[in-house]
Amino acid sequence: MQVTLKIQRYNPEKDKAPWWGEYKIEAEPTDRLLDALNYVKWHLDGTLTYRRSCAHGICGSDAMQINGANRLACKVLLRNLGQVITVEPLRGYKVIKDLLVDMDAFLARYRSMKPFLITHSPQPEKERLQSPEDRERFDDTTKCILCGCCTSGCPSFWANGEYVGPAAIVNAHRFLFDSRDEGTVERIELLNTVDGVWRCRTIFNCVEACPREINVTRAIGEVKKAILMQKV
Amino acid sequence: MGAAGSPRPESGIELWAWMFMRVSGVVLLFLALGHLLIMHLINNVDHIDFQFVAQRYATPFWRTYDLVMLWLALIHGTNGVRMVLVDYISPRGWRAASLASLYVVSFILLTLGSLAILTFQPPLMGP
Ligand code: FES
Repeated sequence: MQVTLKIQRYNPEKDKAPWWGEYKIEAEPTDRLLDALNYVKWHLDGTLTYRRSCAHGICGSDAMQINGANRLACKVLLRNLGQVITVEPLRGYKVIKDLLVDMDAFLARYRSMKPFLITHSPQPEKERLQSPEDRERFDDTTKCILCGCCTSGCPSFWANGEYVGPAAIVNAHRFLFDSRDEGTVERIELLNTVDGVWRCRTIFNCVEACPREINVTRAIGEVKKAILMQKV
Repeated sequence: MGAAGSPRPESGIELWAWMFMRVSGVVLLFLALGHLLIMHLINNVDHIDFQFVAQRYATPFWRTYDLVMLWLALIHGTNGVRMVLVDYISPRGWRAASLASLYVVSFILLTLGSLAILTFQPPLMGP
């Protein structure tokens, strides 16, 4: 099948404004969009820039706007995208070049949530045990691959970049609801702010965007309730 | 963007604002539906006149009803607008100015409304 890729190109060193590059290519319907991008880069225009690594939907490198929706290029097949496919960088982050965006602020917000096990009690002799039920409690939020689709799709984040964003909250949730973790008070302190969990307006774009099918809005809601329970 | 990754601690007012929105929303659902039912469906608007209001306000029940509805609705609405302003106005000066005018307007409306409800003296019913 023949597809036309309309890719938003931008090189801040050369271009005054972003422009659309159009590339007609021959491809299989079962090819992924990432294959098409690779084809363009390897055979048509070597200057096309994008980030990718695993090509199997697990590293979270190649999130971008595909036909206007935040998706991983390695997880969508061309046959689901139509003849003309528009590809743009993720919204809300600074474009470094073409489809490559600056994720530094995003990752800094993630780190601000202390995404590691915090314990105060004395270390047990062996590992800290956990029942399968307790593990199940936060299973959904362990699936995050930090691709940035949810935060980049969040209108609250577009309106105000100070918001920590859904991805950071998802990763806080992963530890807040871990029975082995003892950092609840510190994390709740971080989340119980205007720019923390309370800037979420329950818009559900994050749920729509997540390539790992995490129920992000529910996780945020659970964090809100946890804060409420902690404070009353 | 400011200092990335360091959300500044706040007084926790956001938690109570969030809680208030939910509770007042549920209560208002009943109050407003009741209001709609009585004032617009059971009684035709044409029949609502001074006499009607005077009769209603002769008992403290309807005064309290209206007062609770006024306070909940006005604060609920003000908080909603506050969230929109905080979301979309980032420059400090503009944000402070818009919030201040919002609070002033809400305060005036709240005061006027409360005065009307609390100080209204129904004249003794004529024959
Ligand atoms: S390349 Fe790793 S998620 Fe797509």
